[in-house]
Amino acid sequence: MKKFMNSADDFLKESLQGFGAAHQGIVNCHYDPNFITRATPTKEGKVALISGGGSGHEPMHGGLVGYGMLDAACPGFVFSSPTPDQMLAAAEKVDSGAGVLFIVKNYSGDVMNFQMAAEMMQGPNESVLTNDDVAVEDSSFTTGRRGVAATVVVEKIVGSLAEHGGSLQECKALGDKVNKNSGSMGVAFSSCTVPAAGKPNFDIGDDEMEFGVGIHGEPGRRRDKMKSAQEITNELLEAINEDLKPETNEEILLFVNGMGGTPLTELYLIYDNAKNMLDKKNIKISRSLVGNYCTSLEMQGASITLTKLDEELLKHWDSSVHTAAMRWGV
Amino acid sequence: MSVNFLIHRAKEIQAVIDANASEIEKLDQEIGDGDHIFNVQRGIKLVIELEAVIKDLPISKALNQIAMKVLSGIGGSSGALFGTLFMTMAKGKDIDNGVDYKKAIEIFADGVEAVKQRGKADVGEKTMMDVLIPVSNCLKKGVEDNKDVKEILNEAIEVAEKGMFSTKDLLATKGRASFLGERAKGHIDPGARSSQLMIKTVCESVLNS
Repeated sequence: MKKFMNSADDFLKESLQGFGAAHQGIVNCHYDPNFITRATPTKEGKVALISGGGSGHEPMHGGLVGYGMLDAACPGFVFSSPTPDQMLAAAEKVDSGAGVLFIVKNYSGDVMNFQMAAEMMQGPNESVLTNDDVAVEDSSFTTGRRGVAATVVVEKIVGSLAEHGGSLQECKALGDKVNKNSGSMGVAFSSCTVPAAGKPNFDIGDDEMEFGVGIHGEPGRRRDKMKSAQEITNELLEAINEDLKPETNEEILLFVNGMGGTPLTELYLIYDNAKNMLDKKNIKISRSLVGNYCTSLEMQGASITLTKLDEELLKHWDSSVHTAAMRWGV
Repeated sequence: MSVNFLIHRAKEIQAVIDANASEIEKLDQEIGDGDHIFNVQRGIKLVIELEAVIKDLPISKALNQIAMKVLSGIGGSSGALFGTLFMTMAKGKDIDNGVDYKKAIEIFADGVEAVKQRGKADVGEKTMMDVLIPVSNCLKKGVEDNKDVKEILNEAIEVAEKGMFSTKDLLATKGRASFLGERAKGHIDPGARSSQLMIKTVCESVLNS
């Protein structure tokens, strides 16, 4: 294992310290329990958005804390769910009285721990469960589909509604809608190594790829031989389209997400190939996002997310945002 | 059942788990990711370390503190599941007025039911529920049938062992072992083994007292 680290025990703490120091105008990092909040307190009457999950998927979720997106994020240990004490401490810090919306990816550890936090919380709260991964209908790791990169889209769009005065119920409904309007699928060329484990999560041959991989390297649909970028892209999009069924001339967001070990050069190449295919199908790409947003440590691979956009979603996608990882309109 | 009882059983469990640690670790390396034994050992240690804080508390408050400790200290799914067990037991009606064996069985069974709901796992999925659910049912049935407490506990020890061995030939449908599909067959589930050891320790301790 080659990693920038001093000790596995201090890995997360040192990374969080660096993140907090590098973005001090945007976020504050709190420790024991660990959570990240905006540098400025939640506006009175604004619904507070809290997400979280295992670390190792950066910039998700800490990098998405800031104006127009999350109010707080709870990072667990690498690939391990955060615990209810983190969510409760974060909620206490950012709840301004309008309630808390938890945004949770559908992985069993995350679901159980957020559920417990919600049960223990005193004030009003709701949860949005993302499950955009079309690769599996019934994955073992979860009950049902996994929540992956579309979580970023949910956080952006709901974050905007909350910023503009949306109520807790309205934010929850919009979150569910964005999730339902989204589909994702990923492919991995290489494995990734959890620092504490010290060895790769799975083995994969030089000429192989895991098609439909999850964001911790969990198996997806099948193990395949390597193919051309256009073939891989087509297969990913076909799987998503089969599930999402975008109509001719429907407007969509095309989100090409890197898993940590694939260069932007290749992500843009995927974008080009995806555009070729979507153009042929007369699906209108009206917004785009390309980059490493929902990563899996150093894994080589990428995922594609499509989100069907209507006027409401477009408006909230375009509105200004100021976080460590996403910044526009400000 | 008292706070003192809980602390003493935790210490006995620690000794038994430590004595069987390499076996549990090996089971987990075969079908899991190898960290189960460390999670269990860490959880038990955290509970024992609470002794000074909880020894004079009413049992409901002590159970709640134990729940919060394992929840945050173990983390992940295991923390949530064991946290749910103790948190539910803490909510048992009137437990601060004394917990006899019938009451203890009642709150344990409520706890197991809550764990089942939380993890959405039932008997036959190659998890610790293959031990906990049959044990809980056996204990409840024993009380209903007005059996002698010794008889009930002896049965529970047998049922736990049977449940643990039953996981050997099961296909995992929950938890990490489920990735392995057919490859998980032929291996005992490490969570079933560790919970069977815990049940056995507590039952034998009561029988010998």
